[in-house]
Amino acid sequence: MDQLRRNTLKAGSGLSLFSLLVAAGMVKPGVAEAAWSKAAFEAKKMDAALSALGAGSPAESAEVQLTAPDIAENGAVVPVGVVSNLPDTEEVAILVEKNPNMLAARFMLPAGTEAAVQTRIKMGQTSDVYAVVKAGGKYYMAKKEIKVTLGGCGG
Amino acid sequence: MGNPMRIRAAASDGVTEVKVLMNHEMETGQRKDSSGNLIPAHFITELNAKHGDKVVLQAEFGPSVSKNPFLSFKFKGGAKGEKVVISWVDNKGDSRSDEATIG
Repeated sequence: MDQLRRNTLKAGSGLSLFSLLVAAGMVKPGVAEAAWSKAAFEAKKMDAALSALGAGSPAESAEVQLTAPDIAENGAVVPVGVVSNLPDTEEVAILVEKNPNMLAARFMLPAGTEAAVQTRIKMGQTSDVYAVVKAGGKYYMAKKEIKVTLGGCGG
Repeated sequence: MGNPMRIRAAASDGVTEVKVLMNHEMETGQRKDSSGNLIPAHFITELNAKHGDKVVLQAEFGPSVSKNPFLSFKFKGGAKGEKVVISWVDNKGDSRSDEATIG
């Protein structure tokens, strides 16, 4: 018993107890109530990212609009906007097919918040960008190719 | 403690438009420094926006959101003089919360 305690303390020297607990997966850093969707953000394939989001294979819909430039001169800052005209839009996700990790951002929209978000993303190279929207429990998407003249992920 | 963000919130016709400019490196973890060592990832993972007690937006970011992230969204309600509070946490456990008055 004491031996175990001693070993634990030994292992903990130089590391804080917190980081040990984090390493052991016992404590999640950050806000506890909203867990970051690690699996979706770390997915390296489009279908894996979509299934981690629970989206499966979303249907393309004209009611989802993805606003972005045709050509982005600087891949480090690509302005992207998503508008959904579908009723009960609850969630919006932005994915870049040819980035190392597809999923860039995910927005949860409570009732009363309009389905219109804008942000800026990085793109390593010319790629299709997907806007995936969850509305009324179903998933829809829109995509657009953005040409990048200068990548945003290099040194 | 992160650097302060710039928040602008404007109400018109019963809808409040919020624009946020965060101040964050958003390091991807894929870049190398001049001596060839990988620069560790450092990026905002979660963000939430509140109007009074009501959450009006929750977001999750990955490292491919641009440096000094920009975000804009709209919610119904909100009147001049009321507060909007934006908070984020990053993957290193750092956090920041700022508020703005709706104008």
